[in-house]
Amino acid sequence: MSKIGDFFKLNLNDSKDSQGCGCGSTSGGCGSHKQSQSQHTNISDDEFDAAVEASFQEESKKDGFDQVFDVKMNRRTAFKKLTASLLIGAGAVSTSCSVIAGDETKEKSQIDWEEQFKGNYKLMNDDEKKETVTRLARSYELRTGKTVNISSENAEEDVLFGYAFNISKCKGYMDCVTACVEENNQDRNSEMQYIRIHEMEDGKGLNFDEADDNYYHEVPAEGHFYMGTQCFHCDNPPCVEVCPVKATWQEDDGIVVIDYDWCIGCRYCMAACPYDGRRFNWSNPEIPEEEVNKEQHYLGNRLRKKGVMEKCTFCIQRSRKGKNPACVDACPTGARIFGNLLDPKSTIRWVLENKKVFRLKEDLGTEPKFWYFMD
Amino acid sequence: MKRLKIFKSLVEDSIKITTHGSKKYHLWMAFLTFVMLIGMYCYSIQLEYGLSVTGMNDSVSWGLYISNFTFLVGVAAAAVILVMPTYILKDIDFKQAVLIGEGIAVSALIMCLAFVVADMGGPSVLWHMIPGIGVFNFPNSMLAWDVIALNGYLFINVSIPFYILFKLYQGKKPNPKVYIPGALLSVFWAIGIHLVTAFLYQGLQARPFWNNALLGPRFLASAFAAGPALIILVLAIIRTYTKFNIKNKTLKKIALVVTVAAQINLIMLVSELFKEFYAPTHHSESAYYLFFGLHGKTALLPWIWTAISMNILATVILSIHKLRNNFKVLFFACTLLFVAIWIEKGFGLIVPGFIPGVYGKIVEYTPTGVEIGVTLGIWAMGAFIFTILAKTAVKIETGELRFIKTQNKK
Repeated sequence: MSKIGDFFKLNLNDSKDSQGCGCGSTSGGCGSHKQSQSQHTNISDDEFDAAVEASFQEESKKDGFDQVFDVKMNRRTAFKKLTASLLIGAGAVSTSCSVIAGDETKEKSQIDWEEQFKGNYKLMNDDEKKETVTRLARSYELRTGKTVNISSENAEEDVLFGYAFNISKCKGYMDCVTACVEENNQDRNSEMQYIRIHEMEDGKGLNFDEADDNYYHEVPAEGHFYMGTQCFHCDNPPCVEVCPVKATWQEDDGIVVIDYDWCIGCRYCMAACPYDGRRFNWSNPEIPEEEVNKEQHYLGNRLRKKGVMEKCTFCIQRSRKGKNPACVDACPTGARIFGNLLDPKSTIRWVLENKKVFRLKEDLGTEPKFWYFMD
Repeated sequence: MKRLKIFKSLVEDSIKITTHGSKKYHLWMAFLTFVMLIGMYCYSIQLEYGLSVTGMNDSVSWGLYISNFTFLVGVAAAAVILVMPTYILKDIDFKQAVLIGEGIAVSALIMCLAFVVADMGGPSVLWHMIPGIGVFNFPNSMLAWDVIALNGYLFINVSIPFYILFKLYQGKKPNPKVYIPGALLSVFWAIGIHLVTAFLYQGLQARPFWNNALLGPRFLASAFAAGPALIILVLAIIRTYTKFNIKNKTLKKIALVVTVAAQINLIMLVSELFKEFYAPTHHSESAYYLFFGLHGKTALLPWIWTAISMNILATVILSIHKLRNNFKVLFFACTLLFVAIWIEKGFGLIVPGFIPGVYGKIVEYTPTGVEIGVTLGIWAMGAFIFTILAKTAVKIETGELRFIKTQNKK
């Protein structure tokens, strides 16, 4: 991991031991470093499962609360007992009260119960992850008669995603925004968008204060340039730190994700994000059935509900399958570059090594994995 | 078993007391119930349609609920100002006021928790926060700290007065060895809940308006002004309507506390204003918005200037001994101060944190009717709980309510 640090860390205090991260923070952001560091060594043994298990254990060791109460085991058993008892209760109620209720209704209520009382996705093992995505897909099928494909694919080894944005090339067409909304099943009602394109005036520099991110005229407008912002998937993400229930975290491939079912909707992360990267479902999200993207990921574009946070996930359902995020593919000018930072032959690495790149608000120590550059 | 029996009789007695009273009392309770029902109706709308029925949006993502929460944490913390001298320094003057102060703390804390729940997008998954079955991001998240701090403080402030009243109810003397350690703990805990709540905002590098070292101390100063000011007003009301004899000396001593805290609060305000406006940086924009408006957006201007004028006027009145010792003037000043700090530390603190947004966009915030309805409902609930607590406590303190008595009646 320290190798990555060479090209995207602030390196404010180089003299520090290799375990610390550039920002000098001793909090969770750095914890993720240690975690992945140990994983890299383990992975060479080709025992990914063991590595995952080890990282789980290590994590619980690091967390003061888990350490004291050994919650991991307690929680699992507690969940199982809780779910089981609730299931019995719910089953009893549904069978006794509804003679006419069909099997499907019963199945649906059972799924609803299990979903209501399931655990945090981050702490689930692979089997539990599979169970929940199966339940969610089945629930969707029962409700709409259509099938969705929800993936629970984990992060690949030796992958760390990064993104670069060419300010010279962007012409403000906003094809990325449209593609993103369609790909990620965002609420059409409130017109939720992860990406914002800021139209800036030439000669004023990067002046966000006077930029317009809500334009409705022909682009490119004379005397203007364009700059896109979205979630920067910081390596030291303040939003992850502040979440009171660990409903949001950084995956091993660097993507900052949210468990929509674990989020309690306190919006602390929204206040903590310096980049306007997070969105909240203020009302029940609505997408016309025919427009729903059926290729989904649990942590990505699966359907959300009201009262939870969501955000850009670098199209986790695409990027984990080796594809580019929808915004990158949709961009007609080639202003958007995405790739694996750990792959020396990737385009993103070429950009970082050959262009004069910069990031927004670097002084905050958030270490975004999103760079800007100009031709 | 015997204790359970006494407890049962205490509950029965307090129900009897709280359901019987003068006409004014019944009108007051009916009014509070009515407001609570309105609040519940508004909350049911919010539950159905989501938080979109509030004035909050992607830019200003916290509003009236969190503002009131922040303010009420201060009110709750201020109970300590009465606890410390009474239990630890053995100052008799405060003794009568202390149970009332703790009653205020308990109701303020319940209101705090209600405001946090009202602000949540998913109240049905609140159990995710319960340690043991949920996942608690401790010690990283200041909100997790706050949950522990608030619930712990609530527990302390329920158990100490309960122990004392329970003993008094049986005609026994409360054992100081039991309650003094608790009282001592609550003193530190009170400072703690307020600092932790300040850190919740102070720790966000994304919001320069909050991200300053003075926020925590200023929270404390304003809390020790607003909280005791409320206690003075409440004591004055109780003194008028019940036989509970609160001496003038007690009120004057609390007034002195309010005065000092209000003065310190003003000094800190000056320091803050100096920092923001002497050499303004990009980070001063929120302060500009709050005090002078930004790019023609001036929604908070009338509020903050009202608050500052009230604050200064109240502090000046309190600082002059002659005026402070005149009770009518004192009550007026306390009301001014309470309202001023409610504005200043409520939406005068929370809303500008979000304006301008992280990329400089200015979206203003106005609470909606539903939001105001829920807020009023929660305040009514706090007043309702306090009235019940105070009524029982006063009866026990004045000796009108005793376990033995009820035995004799039977």
